[in-house]
Amino acid sequence: MEEFIKNFASEWDDTDSDCFTADCDFRQFEEWSSLIGLSILHMVDKKYGIKITPDELRSANTIKELYNIVQSKK
Amino acid sequence: MNNPFSLKEKTILVTGASSGIGRGIAIVCAGMGAKLILTARNVNRLQETMSSLEGEGHIFIPADLTLSEERKKLVECTPKLNGLVQCAGVMNRVPCKSIEQTEIDSVMKPNFEAPMLLQSELLQGKKIEKSASIVYIASIAAKSPVAGNALYSASKAALISYAKCLSLELAPRLIRVNCICPAMVWTDLVFEGATREQLEKDQEKYPLKRYGKPEDIANLAVYLLSDASSWMTGSCVDITGGGD
Repeated sequence: MEEFIKNFASEWDDTDSDCFTADCDFRQFEEWSSLIGLSILHMVDKKYGIKITPDELRSANTIKELYNIVQSKK
Repeated sequence: MNNPFSLKEKTILVTGASSGIGRGIAIVCAGMGAKLILTARNVNRLQETMSSLEGEGHIFIPADLTLSEERKKLVECTPKLNGLVQCAGVMNRVPCKSIEQTEIDSVMKPNFEAPMLLQSELLQGKKIEKSASIVYIASIAAKSPVAGNALYSASKAALISYAKCLSLELAPRLIRVNCICPAMVWTDLVFEGATREQLEKDQEKYPLKRYGKPEDIANLAVYLLSDASSWMTGSCVDITGGGD
């Protein structure tokens, strides 16, 4: 989970890395955009070999929820 | 009256024929009287396309066109062609900062290298008849930038530039080469990077209030493959429902 949060955070440029916790609502961050969403889909595919659909990403509001989706598809 | 749009007596190879636009083109071309050679990677889905074709004498040859050996086999098994539609392609939405060699290969190989190499091999194998028509399925993306779409857009722009040069080289034999540039068409590819809800909303922005259907593109392909377009080569035709 810790590693997942780190990888998740590395896709953002301007948001302080301390902001990224398992339960943070990342959609509330000012930097959030559909392009960041695309970067995250790509990161999950590349680092974990798992394809997340845009709908699945949309269903997750926290990093933990996204992490659980990734785990469920392993 | 002789119908200039008819594809009777024409043998046409369609790549990417197992789904989406390629499947739509195969079905409509068969309906217009052509004999089809279908290729794609997925045997089951190719068989589904085969079962939807009107008329007799169609064949399918499964092949992964990014693999040299499989292209070679396809060319060997292909009869002389009056038409070729290069439709096989992939979409991979990646932000520019995440593009590495793997991402480049995953898009440029199927979308650009494979069609170009297949074209060379069909010409070397003397499979393209005089006065044949070659159609490349490019995309409006080649000139309409969308964030996350750089690789796909570049692959289609490369294909268009290639096709324009090819049209000059083949003109002495009256072989015509044209590109079709569709805007968004309802196929599996459009779900890369967007939800159905987003897409449904987006299609409302098109002046004709909808994305394209594979048969919309197929009807244009029929025109380009038929004798009705005998004076067209080196062209790129946008088909967009009015969108850009």
